[in-house]
Amino acid sequence: MKNDLVLRVVGKLLIPFILLFALYVQFHGDFGPGGGFQAGVIFASGIIFYALIFGLANARKLMPDWLVESLLASGVLIYAGVGIAGLLLGGNYLDYFVLDSDPVHGQHRGIFWVEAGVAITVCGVMLKIFYMFASRANFDARTDD
Amino acid sequence: MALTVLALVRTRKLFAAVILSGVYSFLMATVMLTLDAVDVAMTEAAVGAGISTVLLLGALYLCKSEEAKPAHRPWLPLAVSVSTAAILIYGAMGLPDFADPKSPIHQNVVPRYMENEVDVPNVVTAVLASFRGYDTLGETTVVFTAGAGIIALLRRRKSKRDDNEK
Repeated sequence: MKNDLVLRVVGKLLIPFILLFALYVQFHGDFGPGGGFQAGVIFASGIIFYALIFGLANARKLMPDWLVESLLASGVLIYAGVGIAGLLLGGNYLDYFVLDSDPVHGQHRGIFWVEAGVAITVCGVMLKIFYMFASRANFDARTDD
Repeated sequence: MALTVLALVRTRKLFAAVILSGVYSFLMATVMLTLDAVDVAMTEAAVGAGISTVLLLGALYLCKSEEAKPAHRPWLPLAVSVSTAAILIYGAMGLPDFADPKSPIHQNVVPRYMENEVDVPNVVTAVLASFRGYDTLGETTVVFTAGAGIIALLRRRKSKRDDNEK
């Protein structure tokens, strides 16, 4: 697939918009449909699309393994950290009202970080699973054909 | 959708089966869209039709692409699934009508969700991240555990093979 001109051109055109759409879904999730899980999945599928067209090795240069693995863990840590921040500021675990002087603002801030944590973990996990499968299938040898 | 499922059951070629399940996921996403569940439709289209198709194709290259003949007759599983479907359909007939404002789920906590003390216009996000924060934390942990499990399983095998080669 690497030498397919149409795929390469269309992929180069589309991938930035896929990634941008993922960010839109993430940050606009408060107002429209979407949220952390969807954003993470869309972002990961953008990267997977890139890996399918340009080969796994290039995608691994773009998102190296250590980055993917730390994404995977840091998402959960961010989520749990929001809960602990609530505890430290004198509320209950995962209580967002105390995160800002204005309770509603605190809620917004809490939801923002929680959604960010979900998106980061989901994106990391999806990419990691894909990398694992693809490297076992000896993906690059196949795409070079 | 029914056509897709029939073709999916009939086919012996695993490649066709993977593509057909992707088609099924897209159709399912349109159903979710007509039910006004845009969040679920997005997830279904991205995960069901996108990523899982790619993962299944990746798995397909690791094994044979033709399904083996079944060793025994499928009558017992068929009977079990048909009777389960019959029970589910019978149960679904007892549910309140779609979008009936008087149904029980709209009487208890939903008014409080709709009052929206969180002031986030998308109620789904508000419920997921704020009212049900613990559930979503659990879900995220489940996803994380899945990733960690994949790493643990596949990485060990790789190093074992390296040992064998040495």
